[in-house]
Amino acid sequence: MKAVTRALAAMTLAALANPAWAQATWEPTRPVTIVVPAGTGGGADQMARVIQGIVTKHSLMKQPMVVVNKAGGAGAEGFMDVKASRANPHTLLISLSNMFTTPLATGIPFSWKDVTPVKMMALDEFVLWVNAESPYQTPADLVAAAKAAPATGRLKMGGTGSKQEDQIITAALTQATGADFTYVPFRGGGEVAVQLVGKHIDATVNNPIEAVSHWKSGALRPLCVFDTKRLPYTEKVTATQGWSDIPTCQESGIDVEYLMLRGIFMGPGATPAQIGFYTDLLDKVRGTPEWKDLVASGAFNQTTLKGDEFKAWVAREEERHRALMQKAGFLAATN
Amino acid sequence: MEQLGLLFQGFAVALEPQNFVLMVIGIVLGVVIGVLPGLGGANGVAILLPLTFSLPPVSAVILLSCIYWGALFGGAITSILFNIPGEPWSVATTFDGYPMAQQGRAAEALTAAFTSSFVGAFFAIVLITFVAPAVAGFALKFGPPEFFAVMFLAFASFVGMSRTAPMKTLTAMMLGFLLAAVGMDTVTGQLRMTFGSVELMRGFDFLVLVIGLFGISEILLSIEEGLAFRGKQARITLSTVLRTWRELPRYWAISLRSSLIGCWMGITPAGATPASFMSYGVAKKMSRHGADFGKGRIEGVIAPETAAHAAGTSALLPMLALGVPGSPTAAVLLGGLMMWGLQPGPMLFVEQKDFVWGLIASMYMGNLVGLAIVLACVPAFAAILRIPFAVVASTILVVCAIGAYTVHNAWFDILLMLVFGVVGYVLKKLDYPLAPMVLALVLGDRTEQAFRQSLLMSQGDVAIFWANPLVATIMAAGIALLVWPLANWAWGQIGALARPKITETP
Repeated sequence: MKAVTRALAAMTLAALANPAWAQATWEPTRPVTIVVPAGTGGGADQMARVIQGIVTKHSLMKQPMVVVNKAGGAGAEGFMDVKASRANPHTLLISLSNMFTTPLATGIPFSWKDVTPVKMMALDEFVLWVNAESPYQTPADLVAAAKAAPATGRLKMGGTGSKQEDQIITAALTQATGADFTYVPFRGGGEVAVQLVGKHIDATVNNPIEAVSHWKSGALRPLCVFDTKRLPYTEKVTATQGWSDIPTCQESGIDVEYLMLRGIFMGPGATPAQIGFYTDLLDKVRGTPEWKDLVASGAFNQTTLKGDEFKAWVAREEERHRALMQKAGFLAATN
Repeated sequence: MEQLGLLFQGFAVALEPQNFVLMVIGIVLGVVIGVLPGLGGANGVAILLPLTFSLPPVSAVILLSCIYWGALFGGAITSILFNIPGEPWSVATTFDGYPMAQQGRAAEALTAAFTSSFVGAFFAIVLITFVAPAVAGFALKFGPPEFFAVMFLAFASFVGMSRTAPMKTLTAMMLGFLLAAVGMDTVTGQLRMTFGSVELMRGFDFLVLVIGLFGISEILLSIEEGLAFRGKQARITLSTVLRTWRELPRYWAISLRSSLIGCWMGITPAGATPASFMSYGVAKKMSRHGADFGKGRIEGVIAPETAAHAAGTSALLPMLALGVPGSPTAAVLLGGLMMWGLQPGPMLFVEQKDFVWGLIASMYMGNLVGLAIVLACVPAFAAILRIPFAVVASTILVVCAIGAYTVHNAWFDILLMLVFGVVGYVLKKLDYPLAPMVLALVLGDRTEQAFRQSLLMSQGDVAIFWANPLVATIMAAGIALLVWPLANWAWGQIGALARPKITETP
């Protein structure tokens, strides 16, 4: 008996001393839930469901994966839910920019420090769009028209939600150029794109995936992309243009840059072994052809980060959002 | 006709054995999902979406869209049998469907509901088949002011409908607006009336409240009456189905009007729920027997069911042609399209002909199969009424609780459901109508948003609501419907004044 106990103790010690061994052995024992802090059908929801589909199809995990939407209060519900699931390795969170904007705009007690960053999956691009029948050929044309418009007939910029990424970009655009826009909030990116096709608004900052089909059909025209360099996708989308032909806004003299995080987080109190398991899993997801199709069709920025690098990136991004939102006057009174 | 050729190719795709089997599975699953309150078509489709990842896109969309058709059919069943709407769009079906069941005409009501669902869907599919591009163009004309005008029209067609005191109707409606305002305000990005509670940030979900207001309060009422058997024993045979069918052609005008309302609301896109309310309201106003609505008129079942199914089906058109979902279920399907590597929008009809026409053909087939399945089951559904109500009531209670939980996976919603069960019971006892409250709950949020978006666009000028012929026409129609009861009343008064004069003069 004693020998058995001693052997067991030795094995336990060995396991504790060797993190690689422990890392290799942790795996989910219950179904894993991805919490989406947004409604069904949006960008984050789509990505979560693609990940779920890939994990299921390629049998990357023994336990099933479930997607749950907690969209209440512009995502606050989802964030508070994950914050409350301390040391629960079976809950993941997929984030979009509302991880920063919602707490800053509403004052709910949440910060990214309440959760554990696991992996940046990609960054979502933003493009400045106008109706193809409008006279604006370059960003400068639009800015000039916006400046020339009388205060009673300002150009209308449509976007998703209020005090979220689209309105932040609009505010940054105003700060960089001095051109005023009337921001009109809608429920989702698809709706925004259609409002622009129908000429109810003058411009949008839709994500590529939300507007690509209307660009292809000749209804919309991209003016510039809010990234530091041009998109890498050279394949033609229309007869003459591909994503890589769209100039950056900086090239066009508008110094505004904005990318939206698509990343995976765990609740607070996750162990290195658990983080390791999900990092591996998500690496495998990123290697599948289905994932490559998704990033190509959405013209995503394929930057990926993990560990401390990702943490540092998130911390920088939060400060940047605080600064941007402060300038625009979007901060809640309690912040 | 290029479309016809493509459509027949589509039929060939939809009739492949694998696709046909998936179609039947989808319909059956959908009916079950539709019967369970709370577990809506959107949830059902979302749950099954990842399973379709390994299927070819056209098979996957056939399976998922058939779940949607099934849910549209299934929502009516519990509305008629127990006064508990299985889906939001079948709330209006309870108004006359349940009284019919109480009079022992459950089978007749179910047959009418299913058949009108099919008629509405069929109308919408024909529309999609032949005029899809033109219709998609029409949808583009709807900006925020037009959208507000449509909502205004929906409210206007409903006002002055109930027999209760106008002040009670107004109170119930305002209560609905108040509840709809809780949660995130999308226009300012601020939380309203949440009092720091995370649970309230979600706002009051319409589904949870409807389950409470209708389902739980109905059970409380029957407990009060000693769990008496409320539905009368009905003679249930397939001949009831045939008899009802013989009667239905008489109501072709209502069907046509409801189909048009449904398609319009589906494409705009306002969705199936407002379509069903609006169609019921208009049917009541136009009918010579308007006063009998709510007491078990078959038109009161036909109108909302036709419109709901027409709207539900045509809601897929803006999703396919514009990439904007016309309903929550369509939103989930939209996500699915992208996952299968298809880009919804104007190019889908050009680049993915097989997919689009396979889907359209499956709409014809799916609805036909669905109608056959649910009609064959009418006797079985109606037989549920023979089970002692004590057994049925406890089952319903459990199903309602599961349904309320499923909407947002939140325990708090079960509590909310129970609280609103009591609220519903009290309101029913005090003779407050629930329908205006429900209407305000469903549409309040979006109406307010459209109104404020419009004013943002016009920088505060209300003239935007009659700035172009389209919005002006819809607003005028709304105002006409609003003053209709008043005009009727005034007409009656004039008549009453004129008559004594005539009797005096000779």
